[in-house]
Amino acid sequence: MTDLPTTHVNLKGVLTSSTPTADHSEGMSYLQSVPRRLVTLYLPLSIIVFVLLFPFYWMALTAVKPDAQLLDMETYSPFWTWNPTFKHFYKLLFESHYPMWLWNTMYVAVCATFLSIVASVLAAYAIVRLRYKGANLVGGLIFLAYLVPPSILFIPLATVVFQYGLFDSPLALILTYPTILIPFSTWLLMGYFKTIPFELEECALIDGASRWQILIKIVLPLAVPGLISAFIFCFTLCWNEFIYALTFLQSTANKTVPVAIVNEFVDGDVYRWGSLMAGALAGSLPLVILYAFFVEHYVSAMTGAVKE
Amino acid sequence: MADVAIAPRRAKTEIREATSWDQLKHNRNWLGFWFMVPAMGFLILFLAYPLGLGIWLSFTDTKIGRVGQFIGYENYEWLWDDAIFWLSVFNTLLYTFVASAIKFGIGLYLALLLNENMPFKAMLRAAVLIPFIVPTVLSALAFWWIFDSQFSIISWSLKHLGIINQNINFLGDTTWARICVIFANIWRGVPFVAITLLAGLQTVSPSLYEAATLDGASRWQMFRHITYPLLTPIIAVVMTFSVLFTFTDFQLIWAMTRGGPVNATHLMATLSYQRAIIAGQLGEGAAIASAMIPFLLAAIMVSWFGLQRRKWQQGENND
Repeated sequence: MTDLPTTHVNLKGVLTSSTPTADHSEGMSYLQSVPRRLVTLYLPLSIIVFVLLFPFYWMALTAVKPDAQLLDMETYSPFWTWNPTFKHFYKLLFESHYPMWLWNTMYVAVCATFLSIVASVLAAYAIVRLRYKGANLVGGLIFLAYLVPPSILFIPLATVVFQYGLFDSPLALILTYPTILIPFSTWLLMGYFKTIPFELEECALIDGASRWQILIKIVLPLAVPGLISAFIFCFTLCWNEFIYALTFLQSTANKTVPVAIVNEFVDGDVYRWGSLMAGALAGSLPLVILYAFFVEHYVSAMTGAVKE
Repeated sequence: MADVAIAPRRAKTEIREATSWDQLKHNRNWLGFWFMVPAMGFLILFLAYPLGLGIWLSFTDTKIGRVGQFIGYENYEWLWDDAIFWLSVFNTLLYTFVASAIKFGIGLYLALLLNENMPFKAMLRAAVLIPFIVPTVLSALAFWWIFDSQFSIISWSLKHLGIINQNINFLGDTTWARICVIFANIWRGVPFVAITLLAGLQTVSPSLYEAATLDGASRWQMFRHITYPLLTPIIAVVMTFSVLFTFTDFQLIWAMTRGGPVNATHLMATLSYQRAIIAGQLGEGAAIASAMIPFLLAAIMVSWFGLQRRKWQQGENND
């Protein structure tokens, strides 16, 4: 390794770079010249980000375009509109069941998430701190449960739901969603509980606290970031779930947003696109807003579950 | 806390034998059992039991509204001669393989790009993850509109650039339909792969790269001999999840094509939904769903060995 191109770039980079920062946050990027970074970094990055975000722009644009401009692509430029309309949103909110579907989705997601987090907190605490006989085995089994996808379970679950008389009721979803959420959030919380010092619990035990008190008064307050992560991730998963909602719900009034939009809005109408996209946008917005407030928690949930 | 301080004063009571009630309250195995009840209840009732029931259903001729009889391997024999089933297996494998490979490639590339130092770094990372947040069905609808046969923006742009003369029939042509659903799947999966790998990249110590630079290593050599080996464990896990979820994908296909045109995009999951719920042949649908299990087991094995290897690399602290 005696070739010299690196030193060449190095010199140039040193000459053009600003004063080196003390905290090393700049890394070694000063080794690269600006034109080179333009081609190797900014160009590909902007192409990928453009492709990733374009569908949302298109969704939003379609939702506010007047119908006439939507289908006439020759007289109006399809990429922009100068007279946005809220007609589609109006139709969605006041002339369809959309508010009810949003409410159903919210209701199911909040209940299922709450149930799963309670169950997961107890399970994770028991596996990590009580260390009962076979705790590791149970932890492994829960991880395996994470890998069982809904698409192989929905047929037998449909018969189970029918037998229990839960068919076409939100309760069917509230009780089945935790099977998707519990394995994930248990693993996430196990990771958080492990970081809480054992000594705190020992002190509390000596002071005569029961396990239940320790969990409520010591462990949970310290695991709040983990709980928020688990909550947000579970909530997103619930909102996103499709196949169970499609199979277990039948009446229009009970449907969740994703299922309702696919089934109720898709008719032969050429002008449906505006309200369809408005519906898709309005259905995504709550999650995007939630995400915008808790990006860090969301990312740590996503990566945490994989790392564990 | 006051109670705790006062308690010892009247703690002169005699030491009594531990009753079985005390055992239930304080024995760690029993306590563990009580703590596990809610989670285990859900998982056994709505996961383990249906899993077994599904396999049982695949050996019966159950229809909606009629309890089935045990008929042995008949469903599977029937599927063995069913060209549409084999087409769906082929589609699923093609879909999984192509989408996962490209997701891995672009995801890793994007992670490396995002790991560079640049302005608005945090905002970019947040923006990249949005496709993963938005419910799949809703973004699939956006793709449905983008790939519309008459009013597709892609056809329009290409026509105005003078590349094509006619609209492309994106979701009506078998090859194009496959390309479109695979593209939509990649679009949705790349952020997950990229952000998780980025988290892995950030644990790699910069001093390794500094040392390599002093030794005169090129950027490719640094990637090949530092980044890649250190990332392997996390790549194994991420890709197992990615393969698993791509293989069992349902909603994207259902929202975009419902398996059409001429079954060209039917995956095993969509076919089993069509046969079991729409046509009412629960037994046959369950057989298709159960046929996915061997593939899932293979993916789980990969994941397991990936995790083991990670433990071995990081020593005891991985816990």
